[in-house]
Amino acid sequence: MSVTIFVPRDAAALSLGAEDVAKAIAAEAKARKVDVTIVRNGTRGMVWLEPLVEVATNKGRVGYGPVQASDVRSLFDADFDKGGTHPLALGLVEEIPYFKSQQRLTFARVGVTDPISLEDYLAHDGYGGLMRALGLAPADIIKEVTDSGLRGRGGAAFPTGIKWKTVADAPADQKYVTCNADEGDSGTFADRMLMEGDPFCLIEGMTIAALAVGATQGYIYLRCEYPHAHRALNAAIEAAYAEHYLGDNIRGTGKRFDLEVRLGAGAYICGEETSMLESLEGKRGEIRPRPPLPAVKGLFGQPTIVNNVMSLASVPVILQKGGEFYKNFGVGRSRGTLTIQLGGNIKRGGLIEKAFGVTLREILYEYGGGSATGRPIRAVQVGGPLGAYLPESQFDTPLDYEAFANINALLGHGGIVAFDDTVDMAQMARYAMEFCAIESCGKCTPCRIGSTRGVEVMDRVIAGQNREFHLTLIEELCDTMLNGSLCGLGGLTPYPVSSALKHFPEDFRR
Amino acid sequence: MAPLDSETQQTVSAVVDRLKDKPGALLPILHGIQDALGYIPPAAVPAIAEGLNLSRADVHGVISFYHYFRDTKPGRHTVHLCRAEACQSMNQKATEAHAKQKLGVEFHGTTANGAFTLEPVYCLGNCAASPAVMVDGELYGRVTPERLDAILADWGKR
Repeated sequence: MSVTIFVPRDAAALSLGAEDVAKAIAAEAKARKVDVTIVRNGTRGMVWLEPLVEVATNKGRVGYGPVQASDVRSLFDADFDKGGTHPLALGLVEEIPYFKSQQRLTFARVGVTDPISLEDYLAHDGYGGLMRALGLAPADIIKEVTDSGLRGRGGAAFPTGIKWKTVADAPADQKYVTCNADEGDSGTFADRMLMEGDPFCLIEGMTIAALAVGATQGYIYLRCEYPHAHRALNAAIEAAYAEHYLGDNIRGTGKRFDLEVRLGAGAYICGEETSMLESLEGKRGEIRPRPPLPAVKGLFGQPTIVNNVMSLASVPVILQKGGEFYKNFGVGRSRGTLTIQLGGNIKRGGLIEKAFGVTLREILYEYGGGSATGRPIRAVQVGGPLGAYLPESQFDTPLDYEAFANINALLGHGGIVAFDDTVDMAQMARYAMEFCAIESCGKCTPCRIGSTRGVEVMDRVIAGQNREFHLTLIEELCDTMLNGSLCGLGGLTPYPVSSALKHFPEDFRR
Repeated sequence: MAPLDSETQQTVSAVVDRLKDKPGALLPILHGIQDALGYIPPAAVPAIAEGLNLSRADVHGVISFYHYFRDTKPGRHTVHLCRAEACQSMNQKATEAHAKQKLGVEFHGTTANGAFTLEPVYCLGNCAASPAVMVDGELYGRVTPERLDAILADWGKR
């Protein structure tokens, strides 16, 4: 009987050698005349164990990792295809505490299934949400999403149900559902993992959104830095069309939804929703003043849903199990689960899906195991390049939108980047300004000019020229950018700068 | 501005004709041309503008807005080196300095033998395996200077 062996196709696993491992397993199995079926799954999110090879046994899936191609011979010698013991053996993958303690709702299938097999998707509860939605009135679909308490996972945390209702109520002949997959924040990779590991889940979420608001065309705006996700999405879209989960007669109901992936071109600003719409229209990704809201006047001037990948990928489980089910996870006004991405200088980096409310300290030490270098963690940046730097004294902050707002920080897209005590926070503050200067769309002055002046002033601070004067100047500049910028890029760049100044003043006075 | 040879002209026209009726066709067209040629020759701009009924300034404005689009021919392989925070926390600066020294170029430069173009990138989504590098769409994690040497040696042969 054939043994099923899983070797991830996720880009992070590939970046650590998974392709060579898959080839080595195939070759060694052939040489030994062992009948194996190799499934290229997504990643479980335990990136420090990648490439993580799993073997299906009658007790469950047994893991081995991190595996290199050179380990494959010894794995066969140890009968790993029957779950045998080996120095790299990890036991049952779903019993590994890092994984077992998570609450996987959005990522329930990621790492488990073959991402581009519709059959596998259906066998693992896939399209359960859509099938239910097809029997509901649009208003009832929106009610489920509103009841779930889901808030936009891109960072702004706007209630998804309310956004959908605005689009549904806007009269128009043509409406759009767009997915913002321009995941440009450093330290974030949840969107990528989902799109590579379970692309049908995003497609299903978008289809439900389309039914809810009466849209017939959807676009996934994907950053071009994600070629693996691009291939996975296109393969899944093709399979969905073939089985009438997309197209002009969805599952025989006469409902229509067409979906296409559009590639960005390396502009961070296109993760801002109005810039993304400009870019989808084929223009420079310069932001639009709001109002009008995209929900009223969005893509090509029509009512448009713009949601992040995580928001849309959370919709299938909400429709399948109900808004109340989803709402039972989380704390306060932050309902459901957050997909935390732990990266940077950390021993056990990866993706952790947990109900809101877990503390930063638990994530950094219980999951992350401290820094990769073994030195003390001195600072963490949460929420991408526009997120605040937090010192150790704030590590007990629970991960929920309001708790972070209370300490002048952002949860953003849930990315956490750890730094050890060798970090120079003045350099990080300078980099925040530099990044803003590189990525500014140029539309408003505080962002376009302020960021360039910010780099210059930081250089003078670092060089020790008239330091106290320039430190005052940088604070004033931050105030101008914060209050005068048109969008979050210029408006939030002061967060990393001011927080570095506040919590790590010694680095600015060396 | 060098005029396009007839083969390149044909490639550009084919891409424009295939995609021009899509809503918001300009980015798909620019990607199509860059996928085919490795860059978007300035002499291709008039044909793109005409196909979409835009001004040449509009098309130039879009090309120059996006970091990914380039108007000069790149080397045989493009090395995208991540400069973002997660990579910085894992000593990306050492990898960057090594790449520049080894290839003898700064960012946006192409090596003298035409093998590699070095470009910065701001996050490749591999932040739990930093520092990250991408070569022609293939991703690498935990790229120390030594590992970068091995990667470049491998790609240099391709």
